[in-house]
Amino acid sequence: MKKITALTLACSLALGLFLSGCAMEESASGSSSYNFTAGSGSTAGNNSSSTESGKREVNVCSWGEYIDESLIYKFEEETGIKVNYNTAPSNEELYSLLQSGGVNYDVIVPSDYMIARLISEDMLQPLDYSKIPNYEKIDEQYKGLSFDPNNEYTVPYTWGTLGIIYNTTMVNEPITSWEVMFSDEYAGNILLIDNSRDAFGMALYYLGYDVNTTDEAQIREAAQLVADAKARGVYDGQGMDEVFQIMEGGNLAIATYYAGDFLSMHENNPDLAFCVPEEGSNWFVDAMCILKNAKNVDEAHEWINFIASTDSNLANMDYIWYASPNAEALEKYPAYYEETYGEPLDQELYEIMAAPKDVLARCSMYENLPAETLALYNDLWIELGI
Amino acid sequence: MKNKISWLAAPYVIWMALIVVAPIIMVVIYAFTTAQGGITLDNFARMGTYTVIFTRSFQLALVATIICLLLGYPLAYVMAKEGPGFQRIAMVLIMLPMWVNFLLRTYAWMAILENNGILNNFFEAIGLFDLINGIFGTDLTYFRMIRTQGAVVLGMVYNYLPFMVLPIYSVIIKLDHSLLEAARDLGANSALVFRKVIFPLSLPGVLSGVTMVFVPSVSTFAISRMLGGNNQMLLGNLIEQQFLGGAYNPYLGSAIALVMMVIVIVCMVVMNHFGEGEEQAVML
Repeated sequence: MKKITALTLACSLALGLFLSGCAMEESASGSSSYNFTAGSGSTAGNNSSSTESGKREVNVCSWGEYIDESLIYKFEEETGIKVNYNTAPSNEELYSLLQSGGVNYDVIVPSDYMIARLISEDMLQPLDYSKIPNYEKIDEQYKGLSFDPNNEYTVPYTWGTLGIIYNTTMVNEPITSWEVMFSDEYAGNILLIDNSRDAFGMALYYLGYDVNTTDEAQIREAAQLVADAKARGVYDGQGMDEVFQIMEGGNLAIATYYAGDFLSMHENNPDLAFCVPEEGSNWFVDAMCILKNAKNVDEAHEWINFIASTDSNLANMDYIWYASPNAEALEKYPAYYEETYGEPLDQELYEIMAAPKDVLARCSMYENLPAETLALYNDLWIELGI
Repeated sequence: MKNKISWLAAPYVIWMALIVVAPIIMVVIYAFTTAQGGITLDNFARMGTYTVIFTRSFQLALVATIICLLLGYPLAYVMAKEGPGFQRIAMVLIMLPMWVNFLLRTYAWMAILENNGILNNFFEAIGLFDLINGIFGTDLTYFRMIRTQGAVVLGMVYNYLPFMVLPIYSVIIKLDHSLLEAARDLGANSALVFRKVIFPLSLPGVLSGVTMVFVPSVSTFAISRMLGGNNQMLLGNLIEQQFLGGAYNPYLGSAIALVMMVIVIVCMVVMNHFGEGEEQAVML
């Protein structure tokens, strides 16, 4: 008897979950089909896959917490195109996903060096900029960069810097140099960023070498600097996403991470401060591209154009705290912030988000490294973990 | 025997072929090839470099398995001896945490073990640090718990303990009581009954418990990353690095995974050999 009761309970629970899942599914698909009739549909029919299913869609893959999600609904409503939004944890994992061939993304948003790699491996297709009028609004500063010198494949999405995040209550004086990452002053109170490019990169900057060097001796010297510091117990640990919990909770004094994420942490712990070290640092651009084997090319262009608009950039900037490459949006943001929150935007925070020219002048972009150098990075990184 | 009933197994056999056998074949193929498509043994030649990581992973997994056994066996034994009311409650308490996602539970441990976390704050509040500093003249403000190997072992024990308890419990509870009575009739005291009858008969449960704790422990990468601060790589991290790190090298990654699989299989075979003759009870 008891068994029957338990079984009934379990079944009804499962059924309940199933039904609520269906209901959600229905409301999602319901809204997009409604929007399809309401949408413009100007380019519908150009794409074979979309005519087959009678439904237009676009498959996007970006990073987690990297878009104001209301933009997705807005786009679906305006165009009737269903957005399948996916996320990947890092450029390397995205690359691995694409290599394994199990995914069918149309639009991806990789960072500079990964874009260069994808272009060199013929995995991206040239964009039709006539379908992306908003491209005009992108500041010239973010066009013609090393990863896409002739502006053929990309529309910049965000940009930012890498720097040192520190807890002002746990350090003696403001930090301005990478030196702190390799000295014993705060030994055991530092989190090392957990990817080889950034970790060895900060050592290369500190040593005064080019961060894109392929000189084995220089890379080894940089790796040795990190390894020595690790052996002396300078780092309490290594982490990427863990940094949020660690720094917000005041568990360690110093970490290396990205400016946009610093601003999110700062919202939860105002004791935190950020610096772009004087020796220079990485500045990166994440840009939207369309994969060579994309099925929904027209929809992908529409999506890119929508995201590149000033309104979308303002909403995104406000949500994810990464700076926009859209000149108009970047300029308007302080006013937008004041209007939204009823208080002026802290100039200091604004300059951390959108690093001023003099800061960018000492920063450089990661370029794609040749396969041997990547393998060397990987080997040295594993040695560090042994 | 070969009648219609065997057709019922077909879906599972197909499932196994697609989801278990095919991937293993792919791992083997990858392990012996290069990016250019040639056949090679180079991937295995590099294995010597990683000896330290292999040793460390097996050591930590072994420690976690032994702790699980020491904690899990008495619990399973007591549970099996108690009445059905106790069994039901104990079972729910063991299963309940498993209904919460594994990563979430590990995240919770991060918050507990952090330098400024729940446990350290608690010690602070009860004046433990003041006491220690007063006695030893140190200036301790927290215990370093997270990002250590101890935290990794703790994570393994916490996550995999149920897999040790359940198989042992299900074997002990099915023991034939007449055997125990016979042993007592023949003059054995309870310690002797346990040593000569219960423990040998529960070995199959112990063996499957050990397997179910050891194997996931040796290949974990999430626990060492979240609780161990990735300070020292484990096998799981090493393999992950080949697939998701900067240098995409699924060939080397597969080779490492293959070597790990072979070592684990050898361990299991040796262990099962050790427990041979006691296999009347059902292996879980």
